[in-house]
Formats: sequence, C-alpha cells, structure tokens
Amino acid sequence: MEALKVYTMADYTAKGETPEILFWVGCAGSFDDRAKKITKAIVKILNHANVKFAVLGTEESCTGDPAKRAGNEFLFQMQVMGNVSILNGYNVKKIVTGCPHCFNTLKNEYPSLGGNYEVIHHTQLMQELLNSGRIKIEGGAFKGKKITFHDPCYLGRGNDVYEAPREVMINLDADLAEMKRSKAKGLCCGAGGSQMFKEAEKGNKEINIERTEEALALNPDIIAVGCPFCNTMMTDGVKHFNKEETVKVLDVAELIAHANKL
Amino acid sequence: MISSIIFILLISAGSTWFIFNAKKVRRNILLGKDVDRKDNSAMRLKIMTLVALGQKKMFARPMPALLHLFLYAAFVITQIELIEIFIDGAFASHRIFRPFLGSFYTILISFIEILSVLAFIGTIAFLARRNLLKVPRLVKNELNGWPKIDANTILFAEIILICCIFMMNGADEVLYSKGKSHALNLNDASFGFSISSLLGPILFGGFSENSLHIIERIGWWGHIIMVFSFLNYLPYSKHFHVLLAFPNVYFSNLNPAGKFTNLESVSNEVKAMFDPSFIPAPASTELPTRFGAKEVTDLSWKQLLDAYSCTECGRCTDSCPANITGKLLSPRKIMMDTRDRLEEVGKNIDTNGTFKDDGKSLLGNYITHEELWACTSCNACVDACPINIDPLSIITDMRRFIVMEESAAPTELNGMFTNIENNGAPWQFSQSDRLNWSTE
Repeated sequence: MEALKVYTMADYTAKGETPEILFWVGCAGSFDDRAKKITKAIVKILNHANVKFAVLGTEESCTGDPAKRAGNEFLFQMQVMGNVSILNGYNVKKIVTGCPHCFNTLKNEYPSLGGNYEVIHHTQLMQELLNSGRIKIEGGAFKGKKITFHDPCYLGRGNDVYEAPREVMINLDADLAEMKRSKAKGLCCGAGGSQMFKEAEKGNKEINIERTEEALALNPDIIAVGCPFCNTMMTDGVKHFNKEETVKVLDVAELIAHANKL
Repeated sequence: MISSIIFILLISAGSTWFIFNAKKVRRNILLGKDVDRKDNSAMRLKIMTLVALGQKKMFARPMPALLHLFLYAAFVITQIELIEIFIDGAFASHRIFRPFLGSFYTILISFIEILSVLAFIGTIAFLARRNLLKVPRLVKNELNGWPKIDANTILFAEIILICCIFMMNGADEVLYSKGKSHALNLNDASFGFSISSLLGPILFGGFSENSLHIIERIGWWGHIIMVFSFLNYLPYSKHFHVLLAFPNVYFSNLNPAGKFTNLESVSNEVKAMFDPSFIPAPASTELPTRFGAKEVTDLSWKQLLDAYSCTECGRCTDSCPANITGKLLSPRKIMMDTRDRLEEVGKNIDTNGTFKDDGKSLLGNYITHEELWACTSCNACVDACPINIDPLSIITDMRRFIVMEESAAPTELNGMFTNIENNGAPWQFSQSDRLNWSTE
C-alpha cells in the first residue's frame, strides 16, 4: 500500500504553491479511531485522483458546530473567529469536509462572520471527480451487494443534498435499497444537536436502535453513511442486534476506496 | 325590511368583533423581535403559491391531503356564494345573481354543492380519524382537554354549515318547482342544482309550502350565522390557520434548513474580545437584551406567527426522532405552548395596560429543559410542516438562554464546551495531535 500523501497549508505556503482544495478533516476525522479510517479513505481517493489538496493539520480547530447546536453561541463564534483568521490567512477558496456538520456550518454559518468559501461535502467531491473522469470506479467488489444509504440530516434536510452520495454509489453495481424513511423523510441517527456528547433523555428506545432496525429490515450487506457520527450510531446499532458479522457500516468514501482497491 | 336591518346588524357586529380580536392577535405577534422576512418577494410568492395555495407539502401523506383538499376547496369556492348572500341579505332580494348569470349560476352552485358533499365526506372522515380510528398523531397527550374539543367543534360546525346549505338549496328547489320560490321565475322547471335538485324532493318533497319556506330560511340564516360564528371563533382556535397559513408561508425561512442564525449580540461581544480596535455600538438606555429566549417576547414575530398559524396536525411530532422513541419532546407542543403563553401575556397586557410580571415564563412554566435537550436538531419537524412552521428555531433559542444565561447545560455538554475551549475539539485530545492519523 502506498503511503498517504498529506501536506498542510503551511507546507504549500512554504513551497509557494496553492492547493486546489482544502480538506477540512474535522474533530471526529482527526481523533476518532473509526472516523480516522474514513479520513484515510478520502485521502486515498484524493491521492488516486491526483487532487492537489491540503489539510490544516495542527492549525485546524473545531468548527464550533457542537457548541452552536447546544446553544453556546459564544463558544461557536469564538471558534469561528479563530478558524476564519487562519483560513483567510491562507486565502482558502474551496473546502471539502469529511463531515456534514462541519460542511453545514462552514457553508452556511461562517459567511456572515467573515468566512466566505465554496464548501462541499466529500460525497459531492467524489461526484465531481467521477463526472470529470478524474476517478473511475473499477472492479466489482460490491457487485450485487445490497447497500442502503442513511441520509445525514445536515447533508440531506439541512442542505438538500440527496443525490450526490447515491449517484456516486450507483457506480458500484450494487443493489441500492431505500429505507422507508429516506431522503427528506430520513430518520436521524440520534447524534445530531450535540446528542453525541451527552446521554439521551429518558425515553423507551434509543434513536439509533430505531434507525438501525429500519435499515436491517432490508437485510442489507452494507449500511452506507456519509457522516462520522451517523457511522458511530449505526455501528452501535448493528452491534446491538449482533449483526456486526454480516452487516457492515461503511462511509461512501470507504466504499469507493475499497472498490478501487486503494 | 326588518330582516335586512337584522342582517346588516349581524354582519357589522360579526365583522367588528372579529377585527377587534384579530387586532389583538396582531398586537401579540408584534410583541416578538424584528426579523427581516420581506426580501425576495418573487421567491416568497412562489413558495406561497406552491405550499399554501397548492398544498404541496400536504401530499406527502396522500389520504389526509385529499380529504383536506375537499374541505379547503369547498371553503375557498363557497366564498363566491357568500357574495350573493350578502347582497340578498342587505337588499332582501333572493338569488339575485341567477337572472344575470343564467346557466353559469346553475353550474356555479352545482359545483359548490359537489364540493360541499365532498367536504361533508372529508369532515366525517376527519371525525372518524380523530375519535374512532384514533390516528396516533391526533390523540397524543398534548391534545387532551381544550385542543381536542377545539378540533371536534370545528368539524361539527362544518357539518352544520353544510347541512344549512342543503336545507337552503333543497327546500328552495322544491319551492321553485312548485312556482313558490322567492327567486325570480325564469320559466324553467327547476334550478337544476347538481345535488339539491335530487336531494330536495327526497328530503322535503312532502312538506307544505309554509314549512318549506321556514326550512329554506333556517338554512339561509343558519348558513350566514355559522359563517360569522366561525370567523369569530377563529382567533380563539387552532383553526386560525385557515387565514394565517398564507402569510406564514409567505414569510418562510428561505435559507437552507441547516443554517442557524448567528446571534448579532454575541458577535459584538466576540469581536470586542478579539479585536481591540472594535468599537461597540454606543450603550443604549434600554435594558440589555437576553441571549436566547426565555419568554415569548424573546422570540421573533415570525416564530410567534408560526405559533398562531399552527393547526396542531402533529406531522412534526410524528416525524420527530425524539418523540418516536418516547422522549418528552413534541415539536407540536412547543408551538402550542408558545401560543398559550403568548395569549396569556396578551391578556395580561389587556388587563394591566403593559405587561405586569406574573412570575411565569415560557421556559419553565410551559416548556421544560428535558424537552429541549431531547432535540437532535434534525429538521424533520420543519420539513414535515405543511405550512413551513419552524419549531427547531424556538428550541435552539431556548437552549441558548439555558446555556448562556442560566449556565444550566447538562454536565456532559459543559465538558464538551470546556474541551472545545481548551483543545479545539469536543473530546480531550490535544490540538497538536490533529495530524497523527496521517502517519498512524
């Protein structure tokens, strides 16, 4: 396996070069062991497509999204100030994120605070790369497998992006099955609104169990996701039903990287 | 002559009382903070046409959408007949449009009658869905008491209204065929209305001329009295949505649903911290505004309009992941609580001239912390609402108050805040380790 080629904005600046795009890795993508695999899959795809990208590395900090959803507007805007000064300092124009929460806040909530960038989600970038022929999906690793996609709220309902992940996955020659509640009617995994960082309120069921149950009813081989937090929630759900041997929870980026044997 | 005077008095009193109450509702809504929703009128008109007039979002659930369409169409089209009723009532004429419109009149009334029959079917089906089939979203806890009575009252009133229409038209059909109607005789055998030309003779065929005139008048007066009772009931009822749905959709949030507002009051403070040269706006003599919302008056006028526009259909609650899994949160209840509290604040102002502290607030007395912390901010409620109500924005504003003014966030969230502050991530990892993944 080739080593990952990852350069920071500082590296590019030192060389006097400008990357095409900044890859905003996000906190989960940087620190969560499961999500790091997704980060690497995205990097493998970017390397494979010869995309000249940079990361901020140790200069990246939380976008402030979890603080904002929890109501801590102060902390959110403090984070924005710090991040915007770094992003603008590097004259960043285009950002791809590995997480719909980073995507949403960078795209929608940063502009009025001084951060104006073109922001896309990694499934949209893969769609662009496929459409422009910079990557192809080779091999039939997933041929005939049943895959169901769980829409992340902040990608789907939050920003009306429903087709990018599906159009990317069409190339896998797999059997794409839709859950009853999908796209605009998709059910949340239970992690949004800062729920990821706290115990759920008292109820009669966990939201991720409700959602995983719905996915498992389709008897899928793979539950595809586009968000590191959905990934955690759905993986826990699959374990709850003791199905981890037969049903994999994988990010769309991992599917594409795997199909291309990256 | 006497009937004309009674009629004009009825209309004047009914209209005046409605305007009086509608103005109070307007006053209450304008207690909210300002928010700009007057931009982009072309887009707004388009959304209003599609979503309010065209009921686009209703058709996510085809069955109730169709039943609702029956009532909606009948409600809108019947207003045409109301014009004739106004003229007839004021000038003691009878079916004054008929000689002018001729066969078009027959078509028009026939159309109204068919819609009325469909509306009748819709109303019965709605009563059944609420009271017999007990559709889950229509029998949830927050509907116990007044909301349930309110919903059924409206449906029963609808039935009475439709019965009045057929008493009026049916009896008049029989009278006309006997040459005894007060309508101008155009030398034809019958009005030829689609439903009442058949239903009239069956129901009222054997009645005397005198009884027929009485039945016709009961129908006519009953109809107009029901219309004005209905109008004046609206400001007290969830059914106000028949009027407010249109402006409410017009003033929809046009931004992506995932975009939350950035609090300007916070921006000023943060800028002052980051930039020593930043000069904050001169301190005003007004009390400093709160961060977030504790009370209805901390919300925007649009959020308050949302509350008055809500007809408590529960599509939001039905799609809420927290509610589905048994948590206390119900987005519909958030809207109902907002309206109830706003009404209370409004009555307080009516009584005292200005608002006198009653020791209560929306947060605490109506909406609890537990409800607010159950939200995943997934926007399912916002998407589900047929008239673009936004319960999530109220939940967010109240969380802001809890966190920034009360410092009462759940302990784990305070830990998350501390981590972001100290190491730029919601977990306890050092920022200097951010790139470790690339070499692991």
